[in-house]
Amino acid sequence: MGQRMATGVQLVGKPKARLGKRLAPYLLTLPGGLWLLLFFLIPILFMASVSLQTGSLEQGFQLTWHVGRYWEVLRQYHVQFVRSLIYGSVATGITLLVAYPVAYWIAFHGGKHKTTFLFLLLLPFFVSFVIRTLAWQFILADDGLVLGTLKRWHLLPHSFHVLATSAAVISGIAYNFLPFMALPLYVAIERIDRRVVEAAHDLYAGRSQVFTRVIFPLSVPGVFAGILLTFVPAVGDYVNASILGGTKTTMIGNIVQLEFLQNFHYPVAAALSFLLMAVLLIGIFLYAKVLGTRSIQEYV
Amino acid sequence: MNDQPDPARRPIDPALLRGLTQRRYSRRDMLRFAGYGVGSAGLAAFLAACGVKGSAPKASPTKPGASPSAIDFTKYYGDGKPAGTLNFANWEDYIDVDSKGNSPSLQAFTKQTGIKVNYKTVINDNDPFLAKIIPVLQAGQDTGYDLIVITNGGGIERMIALGFLTPLDHKFLPNWEANADPKTKNPNYDPGNVYTVAWQSGFTGIGYNSKVVKTPPTSFKDLLDPTYKGKVGMFANDQDLPCPALNAMGFDIDKSTSDQWKTAADAVSKARDDGIVRKFYDQSYIDALENGDIVLTQAWSGDIFIASAPKSFGGDGFPEMKFVFPQEGPIYWHDNMAIPLHAQHPVDAITYMNYVYDPKVAAEMADFIWYVTPVPGAQSVVLNDLKDPTVANSPLIFPSAQDLLQAKQYKVFKDSAEKDEWDSVWQPVYSS
Repeated sequence: MGQRMATGVQLVGKPKARLGKRLAPYLLTLPGGLWLLLFFLIPILFMASVSLQTGSLEQGFQLTWHVGRYWEVLRQYHVQFVRSLIYGSVATGITLLVAYPVAYWIAFHGGKHKTTFLFLLLLPFFVSFVIRTLAWQFILADDGLVLGTLKRWHLLPHSFHVLATSAAVISGIAYNFLPFMALPLYVAIERIDRRVVEAAHDLYAGRSQVFTRVIFPLSVPGVFAGILLTFVPAVGDYVNASILGGTKTTMIGNIVQLEFLQNFHYPVAAALSFLLMAVLLIGIFLYAKVLGTRSIQEYV
Repeated sequence: MNDQPDPARRPIDPALLRGLTQRRYSRRDMLRFAGYGVGSAGLAAFLAACGVKGSAPKASPTKPGASPSAIDFTKYYGDGKPAGTLNFANWEDYIDVDSKGNSPSLQAFTKQTGIKVNYKTVINDNDPFLAKIIPVLQAGQDTGYDLIVITNGGGIERMIALGFLTPLDHKFLPNWEANADPKTKNPNYDPGNVYTVAWQSGFTGIGYNSKVVKTPPTSFKDLLDPTYKGKVGMFANDQDLPCPALNAMGFDIDKSTSDQWKTAADAVSKARDDGIVRKFYDQSYIDALENGDIVLTQAWSGDIFIASAPKSFGGDGFPEMKFVFPQEGPIYWHDNMAIPLHAQHPVDAITYMNYVYDPKVAAEMADFIWYVTPVPGAQSVVLNDLKDPTVANSPLIFPSAQDLLQAKQYKVFKDSAEKDEWDSVWQPVYSS
């Protein structure tokens, strides 16, 4: 009796398992897919539709396929647009220069305290983004902790200031996005097979040659991911510009915020967001093309 | 010394207080507010429109400027009996607070009327707050607030034009009728006070650090002078920068033409490009002034009073900070109480509106808030009953008729086309 039942289950079970097997990948991607649909695809389609609407808050907005809006917003805000791309690029460059040696040192010389060092690197970032930026505002105040002291010792002219300059905004962005660069770099460098490095030494490569011809090329996936993770949010950032900036440091994120929340020009804000996204996506595709998509897949 | 108020009146960090007093959301609120987390009011409108429908009836908004006699108030106020709850949305530091963090005037209100007040300091800025509630109102739902405080010069006009405010039945407002400052009655942005009554007012003038700036400034034009190059602050909004600039150049704010706007905007842009203006600020100008980042700036009267008052008195302890009314006149603005459409407890809200126009209550609040109360009768109460001559005699809190003579109002826009043109001139100045 027991055996018959068991075989029965087996007989029925086999095709079922096959069906499950075929469905499994779809079922497994379902949560992610739904997530993308709900929180990315629908909002983005909605935003695209808003960007092509005309009207005002009072009269309501109608979809009129006003494609000219994209040209209008670009003409009106191209300065802030280009500025954001420049600030984002420079800040990303700085994070790369700062984070690479740190990640390299932790990966190769961190010894058994690697995790501790990584934790120390991340420690400041447990504090909220805005609070950290406000702290810089306090530290770098004209008569504050640093500049005030240097001015009292007559090491700096009295009119010298850091806040309210492009440099302050770029440094703020670089500081705030450092972990996004440092972590992928660390992961990539840490994964490098030490025997390859030893082999390079055995083959009479100098220290700089080992770095330029072996270590750096092997860490490129980390560099790629780090730049991607830093550059994209850096370009869209508006907190640093509004807290650390002055005149002529407005970024595109500030403009989107202004158009959305102060002027209630939803279509303008939507068009700007869309343009920014398009520019970033095109940039990333070009960038991936140059560095080779293989390296992304390798990394992922 | 004993006529000074209790030094422990403002002991709690406002930020902490805000954290402690955030509105607790009901489950229905959670659904409704879920959309905002994404930071997109438009998306919220979309979600609200297709997702979450409220139970509030879709009342047709009253046309702006409708005469009060034509309004059927029973539609809004029912039988005129309070429901016992008031959800009040206000700004930070904008009500009297005792050492325990409670508001004596709110407690007295509850005691007197039996209405429990959920007081929430959720408004940090007019437009972003309105950006949150407007999509809800567009979906025909209750915002969760029965009483809101919104500044004139854009926000309150927008709400009136959209028809998103409940008209006020003046039979509930005898105290207002009797005690309100005539200068705040019948304002240009709400003729006949159909939708609003003033909460507090203030001045946009000039603040400076008298330790550095030895000759007191007299006009907005002094901010364009290179003497304090790089140490000058201005406001970054569509009223507080343009109106004083136009006014200083002798243009009538309300009747000014777009050519005059450009003239004034060019003068400010030049000062910016010459490096005279350090930054166009939001509320953070006051920190910059106290830090020494700026020494001469556009300022709001109450902020400078708080900055200059001694710490023992509840101020920030910077006696060198001074405020001047520019000779061309300050800008006199008003924060207004209003009841959003579809509010659940409109009778409670209007009962409270009337309550704060009792001179005793107004005095109690004025003695803490330090902006301009709309109840002139409060001055003698502050002086004689509360024994606080510093506040009672300050022209920043109880301005003289002379001070008000020169005062100008924010620009009221004819239509959104005029506003857009105004923005196209001024916005590039302050968000360069």
